[in-house]
Amino acid sequence: MLSLRRLREQAIEGFIFLNALLGVAVLVGIMLLLLREGLPLFRDYSFIDFITGTHWYPVSEPPTFGMLPSFTATLWVTGGAIAIALPIGVLSAVFLSEVAPPWLRDVLKPLIELISGVPSIVIGFIGLLVLAPFIADALNLNTGLTGLTAAIMLAFMSLPLIISISDDALQAVPDEYREGAYALGATKWQTVWFVLIPAAFSGVTASVMLGIGRAVGETMTVLMVAGGALKIQHSIAEPMRPMTATIAAEINNAVQGGLQYRALFATGIVLFILTFIVNLIADIVLERQKRKFQR
Amino acid sequence: MSTLAGSRREVFARRWIQIAGFSLAGLATAAVIAPVIWVVADIFVRGHSAITWDFLTQDPARQGKEGGIFPVIVGTFYLMIGTLIFAVPVGLQAAIYLSEYARPGRLLRLINLSIVNLAGVPSIVYGLFGLSLFVFTLNLKTSILAASLTLACQALALIITSSREAMVAVPREWREGALALGASRWQTTRHVVLPRAMPGILTGIMLAIGRAAGETAPILAVGVAFQLGKLPNSPDDQFLALPYHLYAIAIQVPGMPESRMWATALVLLAVVLAFNLGGIILRIYYGRRRQS
Repeated sequence: MLSLRRLREQAIEGFIFLNALLGVAVLVGIMLLLLREGLPLFRDYSFIDFITGTHWYPVSEPPTFGMLPSFTATLWVTGGAIAIALPIGVLSAVFLSEVAPPWLRDVLKPLIELISGVPSIVIGFIGLLVLAPFIADALNLNTGLTGLTAAIMLAFMSLPLIISISDDALQAVPDEYREGAYALGATKWQTVWFVLIPAAFSGVTASVMLGIGRAVGETMTVLMVAGGALKIQHSIAEPMRPMTATIAAEINNAVQGGLQYRALFATGIVLFILTFIVNLIADIVLERQKRKFQR
Repeated sequence: MSTLAGSRREVFARRWIQIAGFSLAGLATAAVIAPVIWVVADIFVRGHSAITWDFLTQDPARQGKEGGIFPVIVGTFYLMIGTLIFAVPVGLQAAIYLSEYARPGRLLRLINLSIVNLAGVPSIVYGLFGLSLFVFTLNLKTSILAASLTLACQALALIITSSREAMVAVPREWREGALALGASRWQTTRHVVLPRAMPGILTGIMLAIGRAAGETAPILAVGVAFQLGKLPNSPDDQFLALPYHLYAIAIQVPGMPESRMWATALVLLAVVLAFNLGGIILRIYYGRRRQS
């Protein structure tokens, strides 16, 4: 009787364990399939040309697959988004954590969370119909569909992440830090600036990393509002097409197993590696932050 | 720091720096919140007049310029059900393992690391994965099934993380009490931990399903349709979906009346935010009750 129960327990544990492994399997599966579909590109097309090529003409004869235009567009758009989101995000986290009274915090936190619930297609739609005409007017451009437009929308999308994780980091700083600073005669602002933000620095860094990850991987918004030009641009206020948008724009026209199909998967590999590194750094930094105040 | 307690003038200056600094922080917060409220209000104002009974219950005609969006709503509904069916059992069991069974060690770290990274994989990469695995390798073609499986893979990380958090938050004493009464580990999990963690788990599931309803890039890659003659009546059928429909009518169809785009955006936003709001309210409600 007892052994039967034990058997049952072990069967359940084994089954549950398999499900946990499925999480690993999906990640490994993504990696393997990207490699399987993407790597054969380099049998027919030089790896160097792919990485350093400045022209992406998938349907010309012969086709060229230089990913630099997409890659630089991703850098522009992500850099722009973080430049906007970092100061606003950290200041908002300071406001939520150190200034706002509890009732206001209780109202604002769910509202900020709600932003991350708005689908990227809706954000892209707003960018297309509202922000793009405004940008074109304000900067006197021919088109409002530029890297800048995309960067503003992406900043908006990565803000919830940056705010909530920076806020967590500030909240995790023990009150002794605040009390010590006040005892030395520091004002509340001085405490925030010279004590709390340095103490929460790794949490803030992690939040920015996750924000970068979100901006790099965002697809629909960028596809709709970045302009789609496949040229290496020297200003953020030009139309461009980041890597995600390139994949999304062409995947339906690519023939399975063809060169273009493989080149899009190869772009996917680059994208995967980029976000993997960024998330890994964020995870390591977050772990360190957690341990810092653990007693 | 030696000037911290300085002259009267310094005290005055410090006071103003503080006021300026905190005002800036308040402004930044307003700059985050105001656009959301404005965007949601704008979509409602511009979209609601085009939402009629016919718009919600009829088939699209002339590339969506006329008629309604009924099959599009149905498609999104099926996708949400499909994601639920595939992602929740796996995600919940994985979370149970991580929270109740796993012992610290290399394997646990590997699983945790995978889940963290799974959450960061770009949506279009999930699309490539789904296209290659479900559509081509498993030969499911462009179907509700293939799209649901892709979305389920994407939802997995969120469901595991939130369910595990909810279970870890259950006090240790509850488990110890059950174990002391002679309950097995599974009985403890099933009858003590899970019921207590259920609100948190449901919140996570609602957020995940809401997100799946709004995802565009994965189903675009897997191959959602834009125009279809009939409603899908089996999982192998092609389908329409709200987010892609919005993309198509906003980008690809010239001469589309703007009010129809806003109305479609409104319907999508309403579906997605209903799930998000539901999740958030559930959490706040149970969070309050637990404190008292």
